Amino acid sequence: MAYLSKSPWIIHYDASSCNGCDIEILACLTPMYDVERFGIINTGNPKHADIFVVTGSINEQNREVVENIYNQMPDPKVVVAVGICATSGGVFRECYNVMGGTDKVIPVDVYVPGCAARPESIIDGIVTALGILEEKRKKMPLGGSEPVPHHKPHTNADTKGGAK
Amino acid sequence: MINIVWAIIFVLVAPVIGGLVAGIDRKITAHMQGRVGPSVFQPFYDVGKLFEKENAVVNETQIFYVICYIIFIAFTGALFFSGGDLLLVVFALTLAQIFLVLGAFAANSPYSYVGAERELLQIMAYEPMVILTAVGMFVVTKSFNVADIAASATPVVLLLPGIFLGFLYTLTIKLRKSPFDISTSHHAHQEIVKGVTTEFSGPTLGLIEIAHFYETVFLLGFIYLFFGFNPLVGVIAVIVIYLLEILLDNTNARVKWQLAVKSSWMIAAIVGVINLAVLYFLAGGA
Repeated sequence: MAYLSKSPWIIHYDASSCNGCDIEILACLTPMYDVERFGIINTGNPKHADIFVVTGSINEQNREVVENIYNQMPDPKVVVAVGICATSGGVFRECYNVMGGTDKVIPVDVYVPGCAARPESIIDGIVTALGILEEKRKKMPLGGSEPVPHHKPHTNADTKGGAK
Repeated sequence: MINIVWAIIFVLVAPVIGGLVAGIDRKITAHMQGRVGPSVFQPFYDVGKLFEKENAVVNETQIFYVICYIIFIAFTGALFFSGGDLLLVVFALTLAQIFLVLGAFAANSPYSYVGAERELLQIMAYEPMVILTAVGMFVVTKSFNVADIAASATPVVLLLPGIFLGFLYTLTIKLRKSPFDISTSHHAHQEIVKGVTTEFSGPTLGLIEIAHFYETVFLLGFIYLFFGFNPLVGVIAVIVIYLLEILLDNTNARVKWQLAVKSSWMIAAIVGVINLAVLYFLAGGA
């Protein structure tokens, strides 16, 4: 049975975002948009989460945190990059300390560009992610007891010669 | 005395009723906040989802403790609904809670530890009042057997108004509702990450959710025990009290654990003990 897409729990991490996209994500939880009607809950605990929502660009400081959260989430899981900074680094991509979008460190499934991304497009992105989540579940070993190989951590050697 | 049929019915049906109660709870909460809210079957989708996830465990012992937790919660409820000894029910409930605390302590995580310590404080907070309730029921019905108390023609709630109020106070702690959701909380009111359930994920968390469904039904049954003299009044009272708990949950902020422990002991000592003392003197002080 496909319960996964009826009960997606989210963890939201703010990697160096300006808070614009974060406010829009929180707006999705308000009575105006009310994403809980789809069973979506903002958990704040990676071990309970199914969808990892990242805002803001990746830099040397938050790279490990993003990888750590991603690796703590039980499979199946999807990553949604919200906002243009999480998608590609946005206007900050030329900065000396910015590595770029979220896909520089973890595999991203859905990109929601925008500055800031509107709540409607964030909800659309999450709903798209639900389809991918369901596909990933079908590919999982039977019963989900077999651990799926975890994402290989990013090393410093990969960023030698500039992060652009 | 013990009716095994009711025990089996409880074990099979309670998760369904408990899940529906949780779903209706979430729907009413959403309406109170001006939202549409999820489907009333959402708790079942959540549990179904958790069983589809990878079983990532920090420490294998966790699974053992969680299985013990759900077995003893089911045992508590089964013993209660089959009309067993109320004192044994109370002790089995405590044992079940202790297994949850041990499970949380089994993972070396600061959030899990803080949650487990707070869970212990909550047990400390409600335990005196729950035992006083059992004693009070014995004083007015001359029996510790749930079957006798439920069938008794004595209007238990009219003789035990103080104990009833004290029990309602601790019920908020047991149902993990604000202002006493200090060890963990349902849904999105997060603090200390997820407290006692932080380190559980996937199917293990699903078992904890099912155990909560059992616990809710057991607690609703406990409320009914005060109104056993009239089944209709009893059912209405259970519904009204649960609605009041939801209202309380949505209108209160979380308090510190110090206040939770102090106030529930104070209430147990004042209204519970005075209630028992009055009954003693009315009976002739013999």
